[in-house]
Amino acid sequence: MRVALFLTCVNDTLFPGTGKAVVRLLERLGCDVDFPPDQTCCGQMHFNTGYRDDARPLARRFGAVFDDYEAVVVPSGSCAAMIREWYPSLGITPPAGVYELTEFIVDVLGVTDVGAYFPHTVTYHPTCHSLRSLKVGSRPLDLLSSVRGLTLVPLGGAEECCGFGGTFSLKNPAVSAAMCSDKVRGVLDTQAEVLCAADNSCLMHIGGALSRQRTGVRVMHLAEILAATEADR
Amino acid sequence: MVGGEPMSSKDQILARVRSALADVPRDEDVPVPRDYDHSRSGPDVVELLVDRLVDYKAEVREVDDVAAAVAEALTRRRARRLAVPSGIPDSWLAEAEAVRDDPPLTPAELNALDGVVTGCAVAIAETGTIVLDAGPDQGRRALTLVPDYHLCVVRRDQIVRTVPEALERLDPSRPLTWISGPSATSDIELDRVEGVHGPRTLEVLIVVSRP
Amino acid sequence: MNSFVGMPSFPEASSVAVGDAQLRHNLRKATHTIRAKRAAVVGEQPDWAALREAGAAIKDRTLRHLDVYLERLEAAVVAAGGTVHWAADAAEANRIVTDLVKATGETEVVKVKSMATQEIDLNAALADAGIRAYETDLAELIVQLGDDWPSHILVPAIHRNRAEIREIFLEHMADWGRPAPPDLKDDPRALAEAARLHLRERFLSARVGISGANFAVAETGTLVVLESEGNGRMCLTLPETLISVVGIEKLVPTWQDLEVFMQLLPRSSTGERMNPYTSMWTGATEGQTFHLVLLDNGRTSVLADEVGRQALRCIRCSACLNVCPVYERAGGHAYGSVYPGPIGAILTPQLRGMAGPLEESLPYASTLCGACYEVCPVAINIPEVLLDLRAKAVTHGHVGQRLAMGAARRVLDSPRWLAVAQRSAGRFRRWTPKRLPGPLSAWSDTRDVPVPPKESFRQWWAASR
Repeated sequence: MRVALFLTCVNDTLFPGTGKAVVRLLERLGCDVDFPPDQTCCGQMHFNTGYRDDARPLARRFGAVFDDYEAVVVPSGSCAAMIREWYPSLGITPPAGVYELTEFIVDVLGVTDVGAYFPHTVTYHPTCHSLRSLKVGSRPLDLLSSVRGLTLVPLGGAEECCGFGGTFSLKNPAVSAAMCSDKVRGVLDTQAEVLCAADNSCLMHIGGALSRQRTGVRVMHLAEILAATEADR
Repeated sequence: MVGGEPMSSKDQILARVRSALADVPRDEDVPVPRDYDHSRSGPDVVELLVDRLVDYKAEVREVDDVAAAVAEALTRRRARRLAVPSGIPDSWLAEAEAVRDDPPLTPAELNALDGVVTGCAVAIAETGTIVLDAGPDQGRRALTLVPDYHLCVVRRDQIVRTVPEALERLDPSRPLTWISGPSATSDIELDRVEGVHGPRTLEVLIVVSRP
Repeated sequence: MNSFVGMPSFPEASSVAVGDAQLRHNLRKATHTIRAKRAAVVGEQPDWAALREAGAAIKDRTLRHLDVYLERLEAAVVAAGGTVHWAADAAEANRIVTDLVKATGETEVVKVKSMATQEIDLNAALADAGIRAYETDLAELIVQLGDDWPSHILVPAIHRNRAEIREIFLEHMADWGRPAPPDLKDDPRALAEAARLHLRERFLSARVGISGANFAVAETGTLVVLESEGNGRMCLTLPETLISVVGIEKLVPTWQDLEVFMQLLPRSSTGERMNPYTSMWTGATEGQTFHLVLLDNGRTSVLADEVGRQALRCIRCSACLNVCPVYERAGGHAYGSVYPGPIGAILTPQLRGMAGPLEESLPYASTLCGACYEVCPVAINIPEVLLDLRAKAVTHGHVGQRLAMGAARRVLDSPRWLAVAQRSAGRFRRWTPKRLPGPLSAWSDTRDVPVPPKESFRQWWAASR
């Protein structure tokens, strides 16, 4: 199956490892992955901050680049939600086949065991847009539960926002930091080695605090865990 | 209140409303999907009502002889003088004194009584609610408010399961009081504790006629 | 009560609140308690989704033809012996109520908790006219005795814990009437008992009661007040004169509509299957004199906004506050209004206009996490309204932000410029600052800054494919 990868500007620029993992994972699952080079950004930051006139050209660009693909895979819950939920309010109809990564694997490919091996203790943060906008439900957990060697530990207060919220973290730094502290406390309480999510923006936020506080807990995008195999060790 | 203003506040507000709704077609009527349950199946309504009343700290008894049960409850509580609406017979009170609301009792007089005995209009099993409509066996609203003890007699045929079933039976032109347990508050740390201004004890006698 | 005039912006006020350990503890405990209770009673209602859909539709039906229902309500109330007054703004409502109280010759009134009268600051207006208003709801009493501000819609004293409430009672009850017992404990039962004793005589002798209403049924003229303690029944039943101040958005068209809201509101609000007491009355009841004051005070401006008008569906249950992670940390006072939390963040800027730094900052007082929308019993899409208000907020001012956003858009709208930016970030990655400059320092104050990779994904892709 031929799929287009919309990696998102944040992943492209700061987290190329996630992109490589998605490619490796999807190819292992039999997909023919294309990365259209004219892609840039979904426009979420501008839209969420109120700059609709700046978001609109970015949304149009997304449509122009991806309209002809049957399936577009997005390894970010919030960017997928931006496209599917909010493009219409910019007067733009999103392409039909836009999937968040776990939706694509579970619903389109029909797979929950992706043949991954990851012998570590992992906890999962569901991220708000995956949870409440896209309603991905248990898909990420189903995928993680099928990973060999992986011990999944539940995160207390998992469904609570980490406090990132894009420019919220800059406009309301005190509240953002307070929310992040509680999320960090929840993560530390699990004693997990790895905090995993399907959105690197949230992970950048929580991970930035985990790192600043020298907690020794690392953050990983879900795709990087699902891409890992026994050959890696 | 309007003074010498050229346009009354009523006209002003209605004009503002109409201008705010310029985008709404005047002849439109928004359809209301009523796909929620009107009634439901489930456990016996008496059983459910008892469960829900107990959950909200009301005292409940299933009885078959009303007069005996009322007398027993009043003796147990040592309630001697009780407000009693006109529709409740003296015979229910046995040795206790029935204080009639005729002429109407003052709030202070009501406050000095040991309690009040009433019937009800409807009881809602799912929510543990007694609804009073100021009928002859319930009296005016103050009667069941000021005394600290409310003994309420519910007949089986007055019990419905759901809120929609209850509203259907009620007459909006009558003053209605919905009571679910004794007075309570959630104002301290958002946790419920019973006993504030309304009656601190609600006792419910459910009359179940034995076959 | 203090007024909220001249409040600082939300980020400023909330950063102070975040540092208040006692407040954080109190809010965390209270909101987590009520969240669990709400989830349990909503979970046991099998048709919740259908009720929510009906609730939203009934409110839309009312709001979209509000003029019709307002006139219908007025006619029904008048037919039932009540008097209806119309107040375009807070000043007019306060004038009407003050004149009505003066006409009775009374100088004291008892009040049921009411958001509308808080919004118009009625107590201050009455005080100016020499009339003392006694708040009788336990939380309102705590706020009034402590000369404090409300911080929650349902429980205005949510920011106080039992120990603080005990101190307020011991210190201030005597100023307002019967003092608290000197050996008062901080057990909630004992505190509730102290409130009972403090207000008992007041209720029994009150001649004027003032209330709001949760619902007003246009078809029948019936007003509905939900409460817990019995203070509402006292104020609505015992006085000879009752004055109810009701926002024009409180209407529902028909008696049957209450079957929806009597299920939605208690479960969403106090997390109970049913609140202990609900009073429903139509016009002048049991010999009482009844006045209904219909209040606009900015509501028609909200109604004019096609996206924002859904905020008028609100039934003031406060479920959105209780689940909001921002409210939980910032507390209610930071929202600078009697309507705090997510609903306040969309209501206040609409009711008052985005006139000051506070109102402009409120649409940004959210991470858009969507928890509020999920629990709202009338399906107000709060994130949608926040986003719409943000789009309005940026149309003036914010020069620096606008320039930065414009520059970012120009880079992001060009794969070539994006690649250039990525390459330079990669080249200078060793010099990635630990502390970021300007507004970005808010990030690096508490989090490490991600170091850009040597090569971006698109560089890797171009090189390897």
